[in-house]
Amino acid sequence: MIPKTKKYTLYYKNQNYIINTTEKRMGGILMAKVAVVKMPKSKNGTVLLKKLWEQRGLQLMAVPGLIWILVFNYIPMAGLVIAFKKFKITESIFSGEWVGLKYFKEFIQDTNFASIMTNTLGISLLKLVIGFPLPIIFALLLNEIRGTRFKKLTQTISYLPHFLSWVVLGGIMVSWLSKEGVINDFLVAMNIIKEPISLLGEPKYFWGIALISDTWKEMGWSAIIYLAAIAGVDQQLYEAATVDGATKLQKIKAITIPCIAGTIAIMLILQVASLLNSNFDQILILKNQINIERSQVIDTYVYQVGMTMGKYSYATAVGLFKSVIALFLLLVSNTVSKKFLGRSLY
Amino acid sequence: MKNISFSKPSGEKVFDIINTLIMLLICFLCVYPIWYVVVNSFNDATDAMKGGIYWWPRKFSLENYIKVFKDDRLLQSFKITIVKTVIGTACNVFFTAMVAYPLSKKYLVGRKVYMGIGTITMFFSGGLIPTFILLKNLNLLNNFLVYIIPAAFNFFNLIIFGNFFNELPSALEESAKMDGASDWTIFMKIILPLSKPVLATIALFAGVGQWNDYFSGLMYMTNRTDLEPVQTFLYRLVAQVQSNQMAGIAATNITANTTTATSIKLAAMVITTLPICCVYPFLQKYFVKGMLVGAVKE
Repeated sequence: MIPKTKKYTLYYKNQNYIINTTEKRMGGILMAKVAVVKMPKSKNGTVLLKKLWEQRGLQLMAVPGLIWILVFNYIPMAGLVIAFKKFKITESIFSGEWVGLKYFKEFIQDTNFASIMTNTLGISLLKLVIGFPLPIIFALLLNEIRGTRFKKLTQTISYLPHFLSWVVLGGIMVSWLSKEGVINDFLVAMNIIKEPISLLGEPKYFWGIALISDTWKEMGWSAIIYLAAIAGVDQQLYEAATVDGATKLQKIKAITIPCIAGTIAIMLILQVASLLNSNFDQILILKNQINIERSQVIDTYVYQVGMTMGKYSYATAVGLFKSVIALFLLLVSNTVSKKFLGRSLY
Repeated sequence: MKNISFSKPSGEKVFDIINTLIMLLICFLCVYPIWYVVVNSFNDATDAMKGGIYWWPRKFSLENYIKVFKDDRLLQSFKITIVKTVIGTACNVFFTAMVAYPLSKKYLVGRKVYMGIGTITMFFSGGLIPTFILLKNLNLLNNFLVYIIPAAFNFFNLIIFGNFFNELPSALEESAKMDGASDWTIFMKIILPLSKPVLATIALFAGVGQWNDYFSGLMYMTNRTDLEPVQTFLYRLVAQVQSNQMAGIAATNITANTTTATSIKLAAMVITTLPICCVYPFLQKYFVKGMLVGAVKE
């Protein structure tokens, strides 16, 4: 007997299926075979359109976001062309004469170029070498606190500086670091220095001030990730170590640190990738005419030449110079992360 | 034998004590700068200029706060800060959630394209000057909307939202769909009410960002100082104090005018800082989660 075949199409959960049924009678027994095939996605233009129509409600919610991104993120990216042009603020970005890499050369040959790059990298490297391990140490120590309440309270208080604005903090620092300020009172009282010094008025202290204030503000906040990683460590490991008579320090060394090493590595790579990003708000507020030789970084330089001197094309070129190197650093560190940790950012 | 078996716990005791002391020191260092500003703001301004007020006001006075509330320009800037924080936060939270909802659906046509376009913006941007030129061409300079529209969306927050939406049980949505509810209705009536924790997290991030933002006022209010938020006002005061210091104008030569500026500054700092200090501890368990999601997907 000839098998009877039928074909159905089914639309279920936003996916089209083809159902083939085959019936065959063999000696009075009905044999049926059902095959379900997923229809190829979007190969067929009409299917795509049909799906789009089905999802019109969702698409209408997503498209405004896309438009916002195109306007507020991508138009400025297109605006980067002015780095290669003689741009006047009164004209459109499409007019103006092409000048090629003139502004990039100008920046590299600028007398301030060396000091700006040194400051940008110097402050970032200090933050990487000293500022990076501190939240990890803080998280490890906090985790060893026995009282749950005290632990929670400490954690909450340690977030506080993160929520303060750099303006308020900068206001406090300007008064504390002045000759009449708290820091000088303290240092003189402790006999560390004899005469009060204007700390923000001495360029050589600027990097240290930037490091300490940034660490103070963000240490508790950065520790969140490490505390969560520590909380995820298998408690049985500690119990086993206790039975073996391990001390606290041994447990931290042999269990906690290896268990959170992956998290530490990812954070480290992210920080390396942002070596050229300074803390703009912090430095803009703490920098002044006297410490400028040690405080001017790429970001503040872009702001200064662009917004206060009106050299738009030049400032854009400096910003683009930074963005390109930063992107390169990100790609390199991401590749390293992929290769050695099997984890990547995208 | 007894000595040996007791030596380890006593060693741990020493560690515990030192550790507790370190934590107390950290707590002190985090709180003290704010305490210092608070006690100085409650001290008589001329007296405070002499310095030496560390723990408690020497000459208690409410004068600084009264001055703040009599200063029309400062009051105006407070008003701007409050309005911009409320409207800006609401817009950012709602708009970002609205876009995040469809993008959290794996079957959304073009999802990969949307996400790709968005992800690029996290790693590369046009920067300061091209953004300034864009906002100028959109007539947003010297316009209150510059605080709202360019801050209405955040791709990083979108990822946090998306992760949260993905974990909601899909049964509710499906049954609502069977009843003929539209996607918009599902989002408004089912998804948003279930998303209070993540809404609180994003509202805190966006709200603190708006509240503490001094830079848009500095950049985009080129001739409308009446639209400047209080943080921009404070920024100008701090910059002024600092340049005075560097110019060598000593505290002894301070005129009545700068005394007023300094005292107003302290009181205004306290007023801007206190609301945040009061709000964030209650949202802690939410934003800790938000931070983690963000960090994993960063």
